[in-house]
This record gives sequence, structure tokens and C-alpha cells, in this order.
Amino acid sequence: MARKENSSIRDNFSIKKITKSKGFSSFTAALMAIFLGLIFGFIIMLVANPQNAFSGFRYIVLGGLGRFGDVLYFATPILMTGLAVGFAFRMGLFNIGASGQYTMGMFFALYVGFMWDLPGATHWIVAITAGFIGGMLFGLIPGIFKALLNVNEVITSIMFNYIGMYLVDMWIQNNSAMYVSEMTRTRYLPDSVQLPALGITGSNVSLGIILASLIAIVLYIVLEKTTFGYELKATGFNKYAAKYAGMKGKRNIILTMAIAGGMAGLGGAFAILAPAEIAGSSMTYEPINIIAANGFTGIAVALLGNSHPVGIIFSATFISLIQRGGTLTSLVGYKPEIIDIVISVIIYFSAFAMIMNTSIKKFLIKKLGIKIKDEDSESADLVDENSESEEVQ
Amino acid sequence: MELTYYLVQNTLPVAVPLLLVALGGMFSERSGVINIALEGIMLFGAFFGALFVLNVQGTEMSPQTVLLIGMIVAAASGIIYSLLLAFASINMKANQVIIGTALNMLIPAAILLFSKMFFGSDGVTTNIRFYIREIPILGQIPLLGPMFFQRTYLTVMIGFILLIISSIVLYKTKFGLRLRACGEHPHAADSVGINVYKMRYAGVSISGFLAGMGGFFYSVGVMDANVSGHTGVSGFGFLALAVMIFGQWKPGKILLAALFFAFLRTLAYSVPLIPFLYDLGINQTYYKILPYLATMVVLGLTSKKSRAPKAEGIPYDKSSR
Repeated sequence: MARKENSSIRDNFSIKKITKSKGFSSFTAALMAIFLGLIFGFIIMLVANPQNAFSGFRYIVLGGLGRFGDVLYFATPILMTGLAVGFAFRMGLFNIGASGQYTMGMFFALYVGFMWDLPGATHWIVAITAGFIGGMLFGLIPGIFKALLNVNEVITSIMFNYIGMYLVDMWIQNNSAMYVSEMTRTRYLPDSVQLPALGITGSNVSLGIILASLIAIVLYIVLEKTTFGYELKATGFNKYAAKYAGMKGKRNIILTMAIAGGMAGLGGAFAILAPAEIAGSSMTYEPINIIAANGFTGIAVALLGNSHPVGIIFSATFISLIQRGGTLTSLVGYKPEIIDIVISVIIYFSAFAMIMNTSIKKFLIKKLGIKIKDEDSESADLVDENSESEEVQ
Repeated sequence: MELTYYLVQNTLPVAVPLLLVALGGMFSERSGVINIALEGIMLFGAFFGALFVLNVQGTEMSPQTVLLIGMIVAAASGIIYSLLLAFASINMKANQVIIGTALNMLIPAAILLFSKMFFGSDGVTTNIRFYIREIPILGQIPLLGPMFFQRTYLTVMIGFILLIISSIVLYKTKFGLRLRACGEHPHAADSVGINVYKMRYAGVSISGFLAGMGGFFYSVGVMDANVSGHTGVSGFGFLALAVMIFGQWKPGKILLAALFFAFLRTLAYSVPLIPFLYDLGINQTYYKILPYLATMVVLGLTSKKSRAPKAEGIPYDKSSR
């Protein structure tokens, strides 16, 4: 895929080529889903409180820009859960269990943070690794169930969301080194285990966002430049053809789910190990039997980013931006939940935005007589397919 | 004996929502549409049912009448919400699992938003009592009376009636046969003049009807007629999916599966009342995990001979082969 794009850029760089590429159409589809989601959110705000709807909407769209450090800070965990969902999605697996994996990774990181005493920077590095392992374990189990017992990964990972949440809450509540029962939250983590802050004034954005972006790029390389990535995508396109070509489907399923789980686990670790705004404090976790919302936000992030690791970096930033804006709407009497509504509407529309795009195009051609060279794009598609089959050979 | 009565009396109001929602899922999947959105539809139905109850409580209406009308309100709103799934997955041919996830996310957020803005709370709180201490005459039958007709809810009886109706519709009517055909081989069904799109709309709407009602019954039987956006229906929609798979998409087996899961859940919440289990000293959390863990074990054991509808999850396209 990458080679194809590169060669087309080398051949003749023109806007026409870009607008007809697959990446562009998924980009416009994402934009359309975002647009519809925001419009829907605006309508909800109009219904709920007509006077403040305009100022509230302005906060949602622009409010986050003023505090971009915070946007990146909160984008880190959802970038990782987005990768967890998107990476599995490339193989045709729907990893809805990112929440459980996230919670488990967070617990493993917390455990290392409180219970182990390690010198200097090794402490947080070990804690992050522990988070990865924790998430990986919880991704591994649905993977094994899918590969060996043929149980649908959607049901398994939903069940493991609940199992993980109950287990972690119990473990934390039973551990007095971690838990302050009067405050119903975990204690502050020691400084040595917190991720180093980047030192941007006015925000406490940490090394987490840089690590997360690097991991996204590593995943991109794995997907595009390795045999494993190729097999993974091939299985996603057509699992029977992949099996026929001799790819080890079962091993790949388990490996994919384990990596995806690890990504979500890292998200949990990054979230809890990040330094908090007030000096001497850190992020805390409240064991109140609620499934982590960041896992589900990851689904929106992955869909908007078209399951492309680099796209996910941008979509995570965008979702985080409107989330920050959403918290500001409480200044004019709304509640931050408005953003969850917007996000779910975005997911809803992005599931069929591509189809909507083409049908609108057809409608325009039919009814208004607008000439868009359709044959050209069709033949371009054919060329695309040809080049793909070349790659297979 | 008291303990047996207690467990049965508490299992049934929990089993009925699971049963109805799983039946709903069955209708949808038998027509070929995967319905992950059951959780959201349940909560949607429960919310509107509870809103209705909130508006009429304190008036002359008897609680059981309120329950019956609230049930219809919940079922109707369930249908409306399920149409969003039907439109996206049948007309727009979208990925049904993603659509379901979006619908599941939307409702808790919407309930929290509106409840926080208008009631200053996390949900709808009502103070009506639907609880029936004893049904006259039937409650006096030895053994069966205390088990099924004392300290119960009207929902239990309605649930069993709907189970019977569902099996008749699915197996004994022309409609049921056509619905099943659309889930197994839509092209064959189309070739003999069945409108696949229409049948799938019907399947999804029935699932919305049953899931909306099941959500209201959950709030009546488990939450004392309250609805909270935070806890929602605590994964009952997903458990119902597991019940449906465990029940192999067949009404009778679904009943057994629902009873099994409901019993496990009741057990988990009544550990302090059972001396034998309480003395074991196992953390109650393990019992709470039990239904979810049991799902995993059951699915692992039964998946090899799974009889899922063949065409479920695949958007129907007339022109494809």
C-alpha cells in the first residue's frame, strides 16, 4: 500500500490523484461523520437549553485549543486504546474489550508503582512494561478463545471487561498500601514512578504522548513492512484466502489480540502514571465498579482514524480536543456527557459514512446533473486492485 | 426450605429481563442482524418506562396498571430505538457490531446529561411499589405458591406469557418461517418472493420491543423501578447475548440459560444469607464475577456445535452472489 502511494506521488503529484485515493475518501468520510456528530450535539444542546447553545457549541469546538497541552495529556490514553481497537480491526477482529485491558494494565502499573522499589528511571519503565503485560494477558484470553475454541471475540472481550473491572476493584480495595478507604481512591504514586513531564508551562503533558506516538509509528511499520503485518492485513481482507495461502491464522489471531491488549494496557499505564496538575499529587483511580470509558472512546478513535496507526494519532487528538471543550460547556450550564453523545453519533455515522459519501455523489450526479468523472475513479479503482494483486505476487 | 423459596423468588424477577432480551436478540439474529445494541435498547426502554412511572406516581392509578402501561411505553420506545440499528445495518449496510456499540454508548450519556440537567441526579428515581406480597388463591398452593406466586412481580408472569408467544411465532407461523429463512439463506428467501429487507426490519423491531420491555422489567425487578445512567443495566444486554448463544437461538433452551444465569447472579448477591457459602470466607467479588466467568466456560464448551444463523452479520445485497 505504502509503496503504491509513494510511486503515485513520484509519478505525478497532483491534487486530482489525491482526491481520488482511498485515503482521501476515508478522510472525507471521517470529516462527514464528525460534522454530523457535532450537528447532532448542537441540536441536543438547543433542545436542552436554547439560550446558551451557541456559546456552548463554541466551547466544544474551540475551547480545547486554548489548553492544547491538556488536550495532548488526555489524548494519550485514548490514543493507546484507539490503537488497541484499530490494530485488531485490521485483522477483522473487533476488540471491544479495550476497557478491561486498559484497567488491567493500569492495575499492573499501579502495583509496580506501590509495591516495588526500584531506583530512578527504571521504576517508571518497569511500571509501563508491567502495564503492557497486564493488558496483554487480558487480550490474550479472548484471542485464545477465538483461535482455539472459535468463540466470538466480541462476547468474550465484553465479559472480560466486567471480570477485569471487578477483579481490579477488589484487589485495590484489599490493598491498604494502594487504597485510601476514606477517600475511596488510590494513594498518590511516588514521584520516581511518574512519567517525566515535558515542562510545557500551563500544562503537565508528560513523556506519555511522545511514547504513544512513537508506538503508533512502530505499529505502522509492523503493519506495512513486516511479514506478520502483511499476513494480518491479508487475513482481515479475506481469511479464507489467507488460510489457503498457508498463513497461520490461529497463531496470528492470538498474537494480534495480545498486542492489541498490550496497547490498551499501556494506555492504562500512561493514564495512571502521568503526573497530575497539583505538585506532589498524581492521578488516582476510584474503584467504583464502573467500566473504564476510555476503552470505548478508543473505538471512536480507531474508526475515525480508519484503523490506520498514524490516522489514530490525529483522531485521538481531535476526540481529546472536543472532550476538553465538553468539560468547558459546564460554564454555560451543560454537562460534559454531551461529548459522549457526540462521540457515539460520530461512531454511528462513521460506520456507514463511506457508503453515504458515494450515494450522495450518485444522487448529485443523477438529480443535479453535476458531472463528476465517475468512470475515471472506477478505472482508478481497477488500477488500485491490480497493483494490490501485484503486491500479493 | 425458606432459603429455597427465597432464592426462587429472587431469581425469577432477574431471569425474566434476561429471558425477554435474549428472545429479542434471537428474533434479530434469526432474521440475520446481529444486535449488540441490546444493552442500549434496554436502557432506553427502561428510561422512558421510568419517566412514565415518575409522571403518574401518586395518582389514582394502581401500581399494577402503571406497570402494564409503563411496559407498553418501554416496548414502544425500544422499537423506535432499534429502528436506528435497522436503518444502519439493513439500508446502509454498515458493520452491525460497530452500530450496536455506538447505540450502547449513546444512551447512558444521554440519560446522564438530561438527568443531571433536569433532575440534578444520575437518573430517574421513583417511589412506587410494584412488589406483590401474595397473589390471591394461587399463592395458597402448597410448595408452588410460595415459590412462584408470593413476593414476586407481575413481570414474571408476563415474561412467561411472552416466551410462549415467541415460540409460537417463531415455529408455528408463516412469518416465523420466513424470518428464519432470511437469517439462514436470504438469497433463497428472496428467490421465492420474500422481502428480505422487510423481514429484517421486522426481526430488529421485535428485538427492540422485547429488549425495551426487558429493560423496564429490569428496572422494576432489580432496581426498584429506578434508572441510573451510571450503572445502566449493568451488562444485562450483553449477558442476554450470552444467554441467547448458550440457548442456541431456541426459545426453550434460552429459558433454561436465563434461569441458570439469573440463579448465579442471585446467589452472588445473597451470599451473606447462606451460612454455608458465607463461612467459606470467599470475597463476594468472586461470586459477582461468576456469571461472566460461567458465560466464558459455557461458550467455550458449546462453541464447537454452535448453531448460529448462517447469514447473521452479513448485510443483504441483492446483487451479490
